[in-house]
Amino acid sequence: MANYKLQINGKSYEVDVDEDTPLLWVLRDNLGLVGTKYSCGIAQCGACTVHINDEAVRSCVLPVSAVKNDKVTTIEGLSENGDHPVQKAWEEVDVAQCGYCQAGQIMTAAAFLKKNPSPSDEEIVDGLNANICRCGTYHRIKEAVKLASAKTK
Amino acid sequence: MEKELKTNRRDFLKIFATAGGGLLIGFNWTGCDSPKMKVVSDEEVLNSALNFNSYLSISPTDHVVIFSPNPELGQNIKTSFPMIVAEELDVDWSKVRVQQAFLDTEKYDRQVTGGSGAMPHSWERLRTAGATARQMLMEAAAKRLGVSVSDLKTENGHVIHGSKKLTYGELANEAALIPVPENVKLKNTNDFKIIGTPVKNVDNKAMFTGQPLYGLDIYREGMVHAMIQRPPFGMKLKSVDAEAAKKVKGVKDVLTFKNNVAIVGDSTWPLMKARKQLKVQYEPIDGKLESTAFHNQVFDEMLNTGKGDIKRQDGDVNKAFSSAAKVVKSEYQCPFLSHSPMEPMNFFAHVKADGVELVGPTQTPDRARNAAAEICGVSPDKVTVEMTRLGGGFGRRLRADFVEEAVELSKMLNAPVKLTWSREDDITGGAYRPAVKYRFEAALDRDNKLIGYKLRGVGINAGNCTRENNFPSGSVDNLLIESLEYKSPITTNAWRAPITNFLAFAEQSFLDEVAEAAGKDPVAFRLELLDRAKSNPVGEIHYDIDRMRKVVETVAEKSGWGKKQGVSQGISVYFSHRSYVGQVAEARMVNGAPVLDKIYAVTDCGIVVNPTGADQQVRGGMVDGMGHAMFTNMTFTDGISDQKNFDSYRLIKMKEIPEIETHFIDNGIDPTGLGEPALPPTGGAIANAIYKASGKRVRNQPFMEQEEMKNVKLADPA
Repeated sequence: MANYKLQINGKSYEVDVDEDTPLLWVLRDNLGLVGTKYSCGIAQCGACTVHINDEAVRSCVLPVSAVKNDKVTTIEGLSENGDHPVQKAWEEVDVAQCGYCQAGQIMTAAAFLKKNPSPSDEEIVDGLNANICRCGTYHRIKEAVKLASAKTK
Repeated sequence: MEKELKTNRRDFLKIFATAGGGLLIGFNWTGCDSPKMKVVSDEEVLNSALNFNSYLSISPTDHVVIFSPNPELGQNIKTSFPMIVAEELDVDWSKVRVQQAFLDTEKYDRQVTGGSGAMPHSWERLRTAGATARQMLMEAAAKRLGVSVSDLKTENGHVIHGSKKLTYGELANEAALIPVPENVKLKNTNDFKIIGTPVKNVDNKAMFTGQPLYGLDIYREGMVHAMIQRPPFGMKLKSVDAEAAKKVKGVKDVLTFKNNVAIVGDSTWPLMKARKQLKVQYEPIDGKLESTAFHNQVFDEMLNTGKGDIKRQDGDVNKAFSSAAKVVKSEYQCPFLSHSPMEPMNFFAHVKADGVELVGPTQTPDRARNAAAEICGVSPDKVTVEMTRLGGGFGRRLRADFVEEAVELSKMLNAPVKLTWSREDDITGGAYRPAVKYRFEAALDRDNKLIGYKLRGVGINAGNCTRENNFPSGSVDNLLIESLEYKSPITTNAWRAPITNFLAFAEQSFLDEVAEAAGKDPVAFRLELLDRAKSNPVGEIHYDIDRMRKVVETVAEKSGWGKKQGVSQGISVYFSHRSYVGQVAEARMVNGAPVLDKIYAVTDCGIVVNPTGADQQVRGGMVDGMGHAMFTNMTFTDGISDQKNFDSYRLIKMKEIPEIETHFIDNGIDPTGLGEPALPPTGGAIANAIYKASGKRVRNQPFMEQEEMKNVKLADPA
């Protein structure tokens, strides 16, 4: 066990966990930030996506010891009132079915749009392709990313 | 049309208590309180709300709390059910707050999510619930104003008499005391204001901000985390060496029960680590472990020589086939499939001295309750079941195996337990879509008329692997449908659109093969068969011929069937779970490979309650149908699946989806469900389009692993 100081959603947290504990489980089991989801545990689906600084990262394979002083953002901290343009677009397009993967989709889309604010359709598909949605909401995800992009212009 | 309905006793148990009662999860508002108004808290609404019936309470704050009894797994019932109640109550949707009800068999009937059955089951109940409360509000207003009920009308949460307007909130206290009327009038469907309009998912805000909603999000004081190592199919536990596993920090204990090895601890990660340290030995139960090669052998042996269970027999097939001018024969096969919802199986159980508390994602809360009651030897009324939102289900959560495990562990440990399955547990854990192989034969006479049709299917733990009364049954004079079953230790279960999820592909592909042999256009051939079923029905007909015909004609029209240059189209039409869906897929050849561009879908599910939700269900069903038809395989070696996680268990991704255009038939018929019906036709439409484009007829799933598709690359549709 070791003590880690983490900067998450603009707040400081301290946890005592083993160094190989994935950030996902620290968020969920230790800090009660359950918006970040477990689904595959091997970085294949994207449900656990968070931001490390501005990068979209799969928290299920990121050991807590690797986080250091980096700024972690989870779905709970993406915006203060759930009004990030991507969250608003997700609501407007009514993207979700079961909804379980959507926090990861939103975090992936937000990081993607930050780097590429005006993507082409093809770039959107490339940017979001690695996130699995078992319900098949892909058409609406694509539409919502386009809308979020338009909204931020 | 206007309807008068008798109220149902069960739905109108009046409970003179407020609507509260510890329901914390799933209370959502639609977020429409005007920013200028004081925002009323959930607690304030709940604590003051007066119960009118099982489905709704009205608060003096003018808010209406509508309870949604059925588990929500993405089929959007938590939005569409309350819309129906709100419609008949005649209330402003922005004043509606939706709450997931607990399991309550006194108040509700059929709290189940499965079979696309909730909508047809509850349509009139929900309408009546809203209409009854509206009637009571009008009677209360009539009393207060000293006028007759017939002089009153309602609008957007108000009872109106001339220029006088009373809000429902003002009347709630008096109205709740009015005796429940025995007969109520339902709205004319032309007067619907909410039904038929796109209403957004009531959980959107909570889902998109990461609020706790799902089973895995449940954390309780003193809760113990648990994971279980289960045996491969056909094996039992021989020995366990848990010494190293127990040494992992955070692990409290390792225990065995019913061939399972459970690791318990204070958080999830130590359990995952400790599982790698477990040394578990299994031994075969009867010396035989099953693999895919063995299953293939079983299919062929049973198809050739097994005794079939005759499901339907019309006319004399032997005579028809012996007199046939042409015979078409084809075999179709599909693998097992895991449901793989994004949220793996999990459940919270707390076995206490006086009962059991269950919380989690289940499609069948009543089954969960009964299972817990049996394990604990208590009566079911001592078990409470709180349904969280389900991170997908697809039929997997109809089972209660994961609930039973959590209950067993809580009982053994005398502590509240959250059981979590890993993704690997989920994919290797069984309850699969059964693997099936079908043999179809068709006889054509000299005029290319279909005179004989045979279907013989072998399923592994599939029960009846046919749907003997589905089209084209009823349109063929001589028909024989037989089902055979092989019993395997590999467990199976209903999987979204059970049986038809594969059978429809096979039937619709085979019909195209027959149409080609007969030299007929696939749409014209289907219409010819439907005409025959209408004018000269053979045996019982279990589908509505006119509705199916309309769907075929409409999808042909919308897709411009046969009128497009350079585009190869494939049609498929299916009736399942009481709804009709026709689809046309379009493929183009690009550099020698078929590219799937677009699929049109025309659905007849009667009245479309929520167009945005309906579009989602159709699209989702089609993407699901396409993904599993094309990409997903599951093979077995010695009783365990070779695919264990999403690196090898291949799900469809965004790049692989074509454009989808959805249409609905507007016919005013009472609504049927949509969770399943759009899935079955998709594989057939795609296979028929691929064939038309490339000349390759793919008969086995997944398509992309078949010989016919070798060297064929479906280019990116994007």
